[in-house]
Order: sequence, then C-alpha cells, then structure tokens
Amino acid sequence: MKTIYFDHAATTPVRKEVIDKMYPFFNEFYGNPSSIYDIATISKSAIEDSRKIIASVFNADAGEIFFTSGGTESDNWAIIGTALANEKKGKHIITSSVEHHAVLHTFEYLSRHGFEVTYLPVDENGKVKIDELKKAIRKDTILVSVMYANNEIGTIQPIEEISNICKDRKIIFHSDAVQAVGQIRIDLKKTGIDLLSMSAHKFNGPKGVGALFIRKGTKIDNFLHGGAQENKRRAGTENVPGIVGMAEAISLAYENMEEKNKKIIKLRDKIIDGIKNNIPHVKFNGDPVDRLPNNVNFSFRYIEGESLLLMLNMKGIAASSGSACTSGSLDPSHVLLSIGLSHEVAHGSLRITLGYENKEEEVDYLLQILPGIVQRLRDMSPLYDEFLKGEGDKNVQ
Amino acid sequence: MYSKKVMENFMNPKNVGEIDDASGIGEVGNAKCGDIMKVYLKIEDGIIKDAKFKTFGCGAAIATSSMATQMIIGKTVQEALELTNKAVVEALDGLPPIKLHCSVLAEEAVHAALWDYAKKNNIEIKGLKPPKEDISH
Ligand SMILES: [Zn+2]
Repeated sequence: MKTIYFDHAATTPVRKEVIDKMYPFFNEFYGNPSSIYDIATISKSAIEDSRKIIASVFNADAGEIFFTSGGTESDNWAIIGTALANEKKGKHIITSSVEHHAVLHTFEYLSRHGFEVTYLPVDENGKVKIDELKKAIRKDTILVSVMYANNEIGTIQPIEEISNICKDRKIIFHSDAVQAVGQIRIDLKKTGIDLLSMSAHKFNGPKGVGALFIRKGTKIDNFLHGGAQENKRRAGTENVPGIVGMAEAISLAYENMEEKNKKIIKLRDKIIDGIKNNIPHVKFNGDPVDRLPNNVNFSFRYIEGESLLLMLNMKGIAASSGSACTSGSLDPSHVLLSIGLSHEVAHGSLRITLGYENKEEEVDYLLQILPGIVQRLRDMSPLYDEFLKGEGDKNVQ
Repeated sequence: MYSKKVMENFMNPKNVGEIDDASGIGEVGNAKCGDIMKVYLKIEDGIIKDAKFKTFGCGAAIATSSMATQMIIGKTVQEALELTNKAVVEALDGLPPIKLHCSVLAEEAVHAALWDYAKKNNIEIKGLKPPKEDISH
C-alpha cells in the first residue's frame, strides 16, 4: 500500500533536485571548508553561496545567517545566548505557552539557572494576547520569544505587533519560525525580528541542518565553542551537503510560492469543510484566518487520537495527533490545553499537514474513510454512550 | 510499535458492547493518559458467562480490553479476580513500556465490575479491594 503522507509539520520528503545538489559534496567536494586546497575551497564557496541564497529569501544580509544543526540548536542558541549575554541588564525573559518544546524546555532550563520566566497565555485560537505581553514586560526584561506559527494548530502569531513592542522597549525578540519558513514570506528588513530560527527538513530539505538569523548588532553569546567556523560564531565543521541542500530547498520553496499556496489552501479548506460537514461533534482547532496554508487540526469528541492514527495508518494514511514530540509523554498536547480544550477533547485531536506533493485524490480518500473510522471508535467509547444517553434524557424531558 | 497480537485485538476487538442485565459493571479511568474503560459482566453460579466492554483510549487500551474480556469468560469469579495485567500483556505478546500502565486499567475495570457484583449481591469475594475513585471526565 502506498503511504499517503499528511504529516509535513513533522518532516517532509527531500526533493530530488535537492538531493542532486547535495550529492557531489559527499564524495567529490568532500574537503573540509577550513582547509586551503581546491576541493576545500569549493566547499567553502558553496557554503557562502548558500548563505547568500538563504539571506535573499528573507531580505537579510548574508552576514546575518548562521548555519546550525537544525531548529532545536537555533532555538537553544538564540535563547541561552541572549540570556547569558544580557543578564547584567536583567534576568526576566518572556515566551508563550504554545511554543515548541525546543523553546519551552530551554526556558525551563534557564529558570533553573536564575532567570525568571513569564509564559504568555493565548486566546482560544492560539494567538498571544498583546495586552498580556505589554503587562508582562518589565524593566529587567531582556528577551521575548514567540513562535512565528504554531506546529500543531497552524496559528500565525501577530509577529509584527510583537516585534514593534519589543523594538520600542529595546528588548531582543526571537521567533521560532521553523514551521513558517518555506510556507510564508518573511521580510526581515520590514519586520523587526532580531533572531529567527529555521530548519531545512520542514521545507523539503535534509534533516540535521538549519540556521539562525542574527540581526546585525544583536547582543548574543556563542553557544557551541571550538573552531572559528561561521565567522567565529558557531564552532564545528560545517555540514556542507546539508547547507547546500537547505539553500536549494529554500529557493524551490519560495519559487511561485503564492501559486503553490493557493493549491495547498484549496486542499486544506476542502478537508476542513469535509470534516465539518460530514462528521458530527468535532471541534476545529486554531485560527480560521491567520493560519498556515498546510495545517488542519480537529478534535473528534468521545474518541482518542492514537487509536484514530492507528486506524488511519492501517488505511495507508500518515497523520499526527498533537505534536509527534508529545507522544513520548502521555499528557495531551500543551498547545491544545492552552487554547482551553479539556484533556479528553485534547486527546481526540488529529493534525493533518499537507505538502506540495499531496494530490486532491488523496484528500478525497481521507474524507471518504474518516467518518467511518471515527464512528467505529465512537461505537466502542463509553463517553459516546454517555453522550447518547444524555441526549435521550433530554428528549424525554 | 505494537505487536501483531495487539494490532489484531485493536483492529478487530472482541466483546465490544454492553450487557443490559449485567451482574456487575465497572468503570475506571485515567484522564491523563486518556483511557477510560467500562466492563460489563454477566455472572451465573459464580461463573463469568459473558463480558463486554466499552473503551475510550489508545490502541493498547482497546487491545487489553479485548484480551482481558476474552480471558475471563468461562472463568470463576475467583479466577477472574486473579487475572493480572501482566498475564494480559503476555497474551498480547507484550506492550511498549510506556503503554504498560494502559493495561493496568483492564485489570482494574474487571475488579471494579466484580466489586459492583459483590456489592449488589451482598457477597464477599476474598481478596477483592474497592476500586479507586479516579474517574475524571
Ligand atoms: Zn493509553
């Protein structure tokens, strides 16, 4: 059975064009970029060309792009590096309650090391409340970190407003844009983000490579110490094939983006409408308007998400319930709890995230089998029984 | 992630349903993991004649419900009481460590149903403890 892959927020397939670009850097131009002979200088200039390509996508300067091992490292570097470089100014740092664990756990780490953290609440669509941010900011606030778009429910945050607030108060603003990069245009000359994290495998690039944008003049410590790579900012021999692949993947992602997004949004909305119209007792999660083009998230009442995923998997469909990283723990997703869902409703969530290679037939197939699967699980559920009996009582009254 | 046995019991669970004139009903749950299990027993002359279940939960929870009910049908009340979650897990060819606690629920649900039966009939079942009151939904 061919897999229908609907989990692009977890990771994406690497495009053939990307693999082709990467390939020679494994066994032909394998030289260490820090060396001086020819095959090494080819690696070196491949890195610098990639940096320029990536910078131009964000209207940034090449000198502001630093390669890392991925989104997690970029987030750790941005947050810990800023906190340590600015701790004399203050030890108060702010983030939101719906961040990825790479951000949340890093803030928790800092809170164990003398920093005071404020977690901003979000509204029922998952958006950070601007008033709460203004209230939270203090004299000793040195960093605000709010994600560009949420990995679970696809909500795009009011980044422009947040960045203006931080700029006015001279607070460093970091945004984890791992889910946004490759899906929406970000102009870093227009938007006052100081630090922006990205990861190549979320936009059809390879795993194990990412970048951190550091606006010129931002006070931040190094995170990985060692050699003089990345303009002495990030030590470690560069992942040359990965970097080359990331640049190719980002170019492809931003080529005709509006046109591609139109197609993906059409599929996304077909799934949303199909679920709303054909399955009762569902809750649509996330913002209906400020939403990533590829994200669908619903809670199906009275059933549990893992059994739903297992049944979909038996039918060849790969999707997710909450964050894939959340499945290691048994609590329902912190994002779904933050937008006010009960534990039970949060447990019954399904996330479908589309990619450029998804086809309308795949969406039709999902919509064809999903109502039956949901009903099958409801027929096994004591909660659904209770609901039906409750309805019966109401009818009697 | 799951064994073939678990997947079989999950995809085609046995004994899903309710018993209208059940001798005992037990409901246990754990909102944290998201598993709630309700077991219905039909007991005649100290023998489990029938067992049915309804479960809200993950693959492991549904599979253990299916397996546990199969294992107690035809057994005496005392034998049913002695069914451990370990035996259910073994019958399923194992569960991932993180899912072991879901299997505890099946044992607890059976015990809760036996407790209900004992209470209704004013009898004492040796070794049976009252069920935990942590159903939260
Ligand atoms: Zn479970």
